[in-house]
Amino acid sequence: MNNVFALAGVVIKELYRRKDFYVLFVMTALLTLLLGAMRFFDNADIVRFLKEICLLLIWISTLVIAITTAARQIPAERESRTIFPLLAKPVSRWELIAGKFAGCWLACVIALVVFYFFFGVITATHEHAWPGVIFLQAFWMHAVFLAVVVALVLLGSVAFTAQSSNATISFIVVLGILFAGGHLDKTAAGLRGTNGDIVRALHFAIPHLELYDIRDFVVHDLAKIDWQYIGEATLYGALYTGLLLGLTWLVFRRKTLTL
Amino acid sequence: MASLYRVRVNTVLEIKDLRVEFPSRELGGRMKRAVDGLNLTVQSGEVLGFLGPNGAGKTTTMNVLLGFVNASAGSASIFGVDVRQPIARQRIGYLPELTYYYKFLSAEELLRFYAKIFRIPAAEREQRIDSVLKLVELEAARKRLIKTYSKGMQQRVGLAQALINDPDLLILDEPTSGLDPVGRMKVRQIIQHLKKQGKTVFFSSHELGEVETVCDRVAILHEGRLLVEGKVDDLVRQYQCHLEQIFLKIIGFKEEA
Repeated sequence: MNNVFALAGVVIKELYRRKDFYVLFVMTALLTLLLGAMRFFDNADIVRFLKEICLLLIWISTLVIAITTAARQIPAERESRTIFPLLAKPVSRWELIAGKFAGCWLACVIALVVFYFFFGVITATHEHAWPGVIFLQAFWMHAVFLAVVVALVLLGSVAFTAQSSNATISFIVVLGILFAGGHLDKTAAGLRGTNGDIVRALHFAIPHLELYDIRDFVVHDLAKIDWQYIGEATLYGALYTGLLLGLTWLVFRRKTLTL
Repeated sequence: MASLYRVRVNTVLEIKDLRVEFPSRELGGRMKRAVDGLNLTVQSGEVLGFLGPNGAGKTTTMNVLLGFVNASAGSASIFGVDVRQPIARQRIGYLPELTYYYKFLSAEELLRFYAKIFRIPAAEREQRIDSVLKLVELEAARKRLIKTYSKGMQQRVGLAQALINDPDLLILDEPTSGLDPVGRMKVRQIIQHLKKQGKTVFFSSHELGEVETVCDRVAILHEGRLLVEGKVDDLVRQYQCHLEQIFLKIIGFKEEA
């Protein structure tokens, strides 16, 4: 684990020294605060609308941070050739992947903590009360969602040569799952023969990221979700993350790296 | 246990019947053999010059030793451990031909990161960083980001990271390539200093004068095959000429009239 933490530390250090990360980070934080500062006669519908916008903004920003950060890790190491002195040390390829994953995910969680803090502050000022347990549940589900996304993008980064193509494909896959993942079973039921089987297989194979989107619960101040559901969703996310990281290692472990 | 291990193992590096093949880049082309049946051993405390023209298979062999490339056949071990095991790299230091380091880190941060990888205890870590930075004369610039360094300074950071774990074996891939005469002399001095300390050095270079001064033994590779291997003095005596002429003769270079 020593090597994994050391590698994760370098990933985070690189991120906070990169200006593009700062731009996105500061922009989202500012927009969230600005939206929070607006007052529309404390109309409940408008407050809900603002909360929805803020949460959407947080989801988009963290998704961009997760995908762009994870997509560049291994390709950038190969392009800049920093991977050679690194792998010439007692570091296994599995540790490299695990370290990159840990670094990217931790960076996303740090960003998430800041964004949710701002969001919590604006919600509290509008509603004159701190958000409840559902707020913490939404934060946790979001963090698990990002873990699966980072693992998925890392797999793409060892499969595709160019980081831009990996980032684009990852965006399409993640957004595709978020929008269509929940409808695949119904679509499969309406199809016959091979097409139905393919859609059904897809339904069982993909990680159902839409399960982690509980924004509506936060926006409409619904009661907290059953902890069992949160636990099962966490386990489901951990299994997919492990599976995707395992696949990344399988692809990467015997890959020839030439100077 | 560790000290016993150090005493018993006399052969530091062993390569047996090593063959490395790559797919040809031409359409329908056959596999290209980069290294062909290489056998080589390096003993403890030896400085071995690994020579050959461009494309001879030197870097490929080093890539196998460092686990970047898988051998098609044969085996290689460092301190008796198969090179495919990451632990085989615990006691080695590697300096690549060009500087490939995290440019967003300072020299001090880079060395601290690598020291953590080598599991150097925290109390000893800072001491090691100080001593290698002093050795490569980068103490004054230790807090500057590597991206602001000159090429010579970056090469010295490379040398510092190769020495951070006080390695018993150093693998240097053309360590003086692209350096000015002063930089070359400094690198040469450091290699000689390490030699005096009893370190084993496996180093490839095109600077044959430098090889003649620094190395105990040379191995000359051409088209993936080991053509000659022996002590520098013995070869000079046998061929009655300098290493450069010996090298040219061995690889079959003929001067045009």
